[in-house]
Amino acid sequence: MKYLGLGPQKPKVGVFDFTCCEGCELQLANKETTLVDFLSLMEIVNFREISSDKGDDYEIALIEGSISRADEIERLKKIRERAKVLVAIGTCACFGGINSLKNRYPIDEVNREVYGEMPKETLEVKPVKEYVQVDLAIPGCPINKAEVERIIVDVVTKAEIKFPKYPVCVECKQHINTCLFDLGQFCLGPVTQAGCDAVCTSGKMGCLGCRGPFEAPNFEAFFDIAKEKGFSKDYIKERLSFFNAFSEVKDV
Amino acid sequence: MIYRVISKSEFRKFLESLIESNVTIGPVQSDVDRNNDPIYKFQQVHSADEIELDYTISYTAVKNFFLPYREKLSEYTFTDDDWDQTIEYRVHPRVLVGLRPCDINALNILDRIFYKGTYPSPYYISRRKNTFIIGLDHEPLPDCFCSSMNHHTVTEGFDVFCSDIGDSYYLAINSSPAFDFLKKFQVTVPTDEDDKSYIERRKFIKKSFKTNVEIGSLPSFLDIEFDSPIWKKWGDKCLNCGTCAMVCPTCYCYQVEENIAVNLKKASKDMMLYSCTILDFAEVAGGHNFRPKKEDRLKYRYYHHYRGFEENAKEPICVGCNRCGRACLADINPKDVINDLRLDNEERS
Repeated sequence: MKYLGLGPQKPKVGVFDFTCCEGCELQLANKETTLVDFLSLMEIVNFREISSDKGDDYEIALIEGSISRADEIERLKKIRERAKVLVAIGTCACFGGINSLKNRYPIDEVNREVYGEMPKETLEVKPVKEYVQVDLAIPGCPINKAEVERIIVDVVTKAEIKFPKYPVCVECKQHINTCLFDLGQFCLGPVTQAGCDAVCTSGKMGCLGCRGPFEAPNFEAFFDIAKEKGFSKDYIKERLSFFNAFSEVKDV
Repeated sequence: MIYRVISKSEFRKFLESLIESNVTIGPVQSDVDRNNDPIYKFQQVHSADEIELDYTISYTAVKNFFLPYREKLSEYTFTDDDWDQTIEYRVHPRVLVGLRPCDINALNILDRIFYKGTYPSPYYISRRKNTFIIGLDHEPLPDCFCSSMNHHTVTEGFDVFCSDIGDSYYLAINSSPAFDFLKKFQVTVPTDEDDKSYIERRKFIKKSFKTNVEIGSLPSFLDIEFDSPIWKKWGDKCLNCGTCAMVCPTCYCYQVEENIAVNLKKASKDMMLYSCTILDFAEVAGGHNFRPKKEDRLKYRYYHHYRGFEENAKEPICVGCNRCGRACLADINPKDVINDLRLDNEERS
């Protein structure tokens, strides 16, 4: 296929994991019906989960995971130097993710709890953008493969990469779901970036905001509504901090 | 219109017979809300037992059966130097059971745009023409204001409309398929007694409305109140979530985008119902946004409903079902917004 007279550009891609469960990488290798086509759009030079190649000549580096050790910072910076484009994939890389729970406790206490008498060198959990420039962030726990496919098609056809400018509510309504607030549950859908196809709320589980805030969240009004419905300040804060994706919110 | 009466037990046989040979969609109970009240939605049914004919109101409108939230408008296949386009808008005939007058009136409004408008939509027409519609009257909910919009009764846009007169339904038959099909069932010509019951039922429904929204001269009124501070007040509450438009039976604004398949051999033109309250609704090429403020976006939703459409089509687009008001977490609802505007206007004059 040619678009504006140009054939597709096949980028060299490296995929790297840091502090994470590698579930987002697994997502990249998921959705088998289009997997061959997906992988044909790029040249994978480094991707531990699906290839033994260990190339360094990648143009696009996909980073999964948060940064929680000094050696990770060093490795991340090296990748940044080599890559033309660095993409944070998944909630850990974008916001810190579940790992950020660690930051709630003193670092020594955490170390002792996990490693006992054999403490390891460890740091506070931070998202990738705290250490290097991130050119594109694809949030989600895990990332939505369909969204990644759309983005890579945009990259190879040199089209503009776009994310929805509406919250999860729109996708939730498309599924004709009952609003979880009507069922007495709490849900971060009204302030969270769509693109997940409302997968959690369609399963009657309140949104935990893994994709972070959408472009126009009305936090003040939303918190007022939640409090009026009987959810305490502490409860709302707890839910917001689940993925550390709402660190911009200082108080509720 | 031809009037007949059918007993509720015979009506059930009529429904079973329709379900047996058609895709049939009707109101079913899908959830129980936190106050222990049932939530009803229109879904495909496989037996008359599943249909809740005495349902209160459906959670979302039936709009999506005619204007799907997402729809592939056309598909492209690329060959070496050329491409082919495939468009598919044929649908199987189907039956929609239990629509309220406001819901049918909402379809009649959509007809003005997508059926009889300047740019008819073959996708919409195909669905509309192939849907057999059975309407059903109901006692209004406390917040229904369809009588204010004159949409509590309906005279067209359906095949048959049922009014509940106790043990029977008083049928208004509005299409030859409906008339022919009903011949197979025990229907009777209304007696004087039936007519009386029907008139009583209509009277009872009319006086059961608890909510009234004063819409007289609203278009000119909205013009005067264009800069009213009440827009900021309600806009500050708005979550920009688009829910109001999603559940609305007549909100039809949509966006179209082209998507290329992962194999780069196919592409599609896809439609998605959108909402004027969403941030980038009025964003144009180059990135300029004509309505960056949420109060303006909310205002224009009201303007489209009660002014813009009225000016062009001589009727508001709102049918008074208050689904937007019920679904809005921020409790933004037509009754309060319009009353607020009137109050503001009175205070200023």
